Amino acid sequence: MKPRIEVVAIDCLMVRLFDVIAEDNMPWMLAATRRLRESFGAALVDLVPSYTTLMVHYDLFALSPVQARELISLALNGLQPEPKGSGQCHVLPVWYDLSVGPELTLLAQRSGLAVEEVIRRHSQHEYQVFALGFAPGFAFMGLVDEMLATPRLNTPRKRIAAGSVGIAERQTAAYPVVSPGGWNLIGRTPAKLFDRERDGYSLMQPGDVVRFEAVDHAEFINLGGDDTPLEAQA
Amino acid sequence: MSRLLIEASTPLCLLQDAGRFGVRHLGVTQGGALDWVSMSWANWLLGNALDASVVEITLGGFTVRAEEYCLLALAGADLGAYVDERAISPGRSFILQKGQRLRFTQPFSGARAYLAAPGGFDAPKVLGSCASVGREELGGLDGLGRALAEGACLRYSGTGGAMRVLSAEQLPNVHSKAPLELIVGAQIGQFSGQSLFDAFNTEWTLDSRADRMGMRLLGTPLQYQGPSLISEGIPLGAVQVPPDGQPIALLNDRQTIGGYPRLGALTPLALARLAQCLPGEKVRLAPVVQETAHQQHIEYLRRFQ
Repeated sequence: MKPRIEVVAIDCLMVRLFDVIAEDNMPWMLAATRRLRESFGAALVDLVPSYTTLMVHYDLFALSPVQARELISLALNGLQPEPKGSGQCHVLPVWYDLSVGPELTLLAQRSGLAVEEVIRRHSQHEYQVFALGFAPGFAFMGLVDEMLATPRLNTPRKRIAAGSVGIAERQTAAYPVVSPGGWNLIGRTPAKLFDRERDGYSLMQPGDVVRFEAVDHAEFINLGGDDTPLEAQA
Repeated sequence: MSRLLIEASTPLCLLQDAGRFGVRHLGVTQGGALDWVSMSWANWLLGNALDASVVEITLGGFTVRAEEYCLLALAGADLGAYVDERAISPGRSFILQKGQRLRFTQPFSGARAYLAAPGGFDAPKVLGSCASVGREELGGLDGLGRALAEGACLRYSGTGGAMRVLSAEQLPNVHSKAPLELIVGAQIGQFSGQSLFDAFNTEWTLDSRADRMGMRLLGTPLQYQGPSLISEGIPLGAVQVPPDGQPIALLNDRQTIGGYPRLGALTPLALARLAQCLPGEKVRLAPVVQETAHQQHIEYLRRFQ
């Protein structure tokens, strides 16, 4: 693996580690993240990971572009992947139901699988958190079973309930707050995904591992879930 | 403590500072004053930290009444500001006596004015900043990102500050017709030769589809010829080119990652000027390399010393 360093802004450099999205990228991404945080120290303003890249935003009073580039090269020299299991592991309870996950039927139709099988396949995989974006705490996770891969809705919904769990292509995610969105909805989690009072704010961090666990309506409510049907909230 | 009662406001009147940092990897946007230069001068006039919390007033429609004697400072756009019946131009600190009103009527020059108070306006820091981002429910007076509303009170606790006026050379030039400098990015070579010529040699008209997330530039469509991209981090000022070929300059409230190809990113000084442009105005772009932009930026910041 030979990382490339590219100019993106006056105080930002892009470290490009991979060309394709793969679960195997993550141990390298985590290792690079740790090394970069260590070597930039207080001169690091933000480090934005995405599927194949790390954007390094540094303090332009502390470093010139040349110095920042050198720091990146040094930090990534002799990089070794992080051992497996270095990210945190989360289990997200999900109430899979048509009233809160109307695209369960669509996914079943497209794949030729029974709805129960769609749910089983979605909830049996351990997903990697590739990146957070779109909204605070919105984690892009993958990779979803190929049979369940479904393009985004042609017309995004104007209002999606907080906790809604969806699929777009081979990715899955849960909406932290009410927002517009075009993902195929299959259920709802009662988990609080972003909390300004929590240390670290976001439940999921890049590099974490997530599993979904099917729960019934009673447990969903017990865990604090809001079962208002999607239609009633539109 | 001094208080100002808000008697009129709009959804575009927001408490801002420099924004949130250290949280971009969580999907949290930056937020913060779009014209950071004017915010800095407003704070400088009162001897504040340059990023102390200010009110960003876009286009006008904002009125406050002093509940006590207040020392304030104004910089940025000329939005037809009055203290009672007396017009007041931006680039100065000034006094509001108890009961006097400060109102912003309409834009005469520029789009955004910045109102500062000694020590900054009081507001809870949410994720390290009071920058108001409604979409993310972060910042502002209530901490939930809402715009400043009629009936609310602005407070400040600082006591310093003096009557000062910015000199002609300190005053940000909101009329400058100089091209907006853009640091060329790695994907620049993937645009067609003609598009590269057009990008830097034709005029771009600011679309009315403009907000704190981004401003769209209308002109000859640019053609990207490279492969489709995987989403990656978006820096402040990134100029992305969606499939319709019309570039969008991404601003403080942008999303944190995205997958459109980019020409590069505007310099911070160019962004401050863009923030003062109104829909329909024409701008040009000029390429600059990162090193040069870095030096120019450091040089400019010496003016605040």
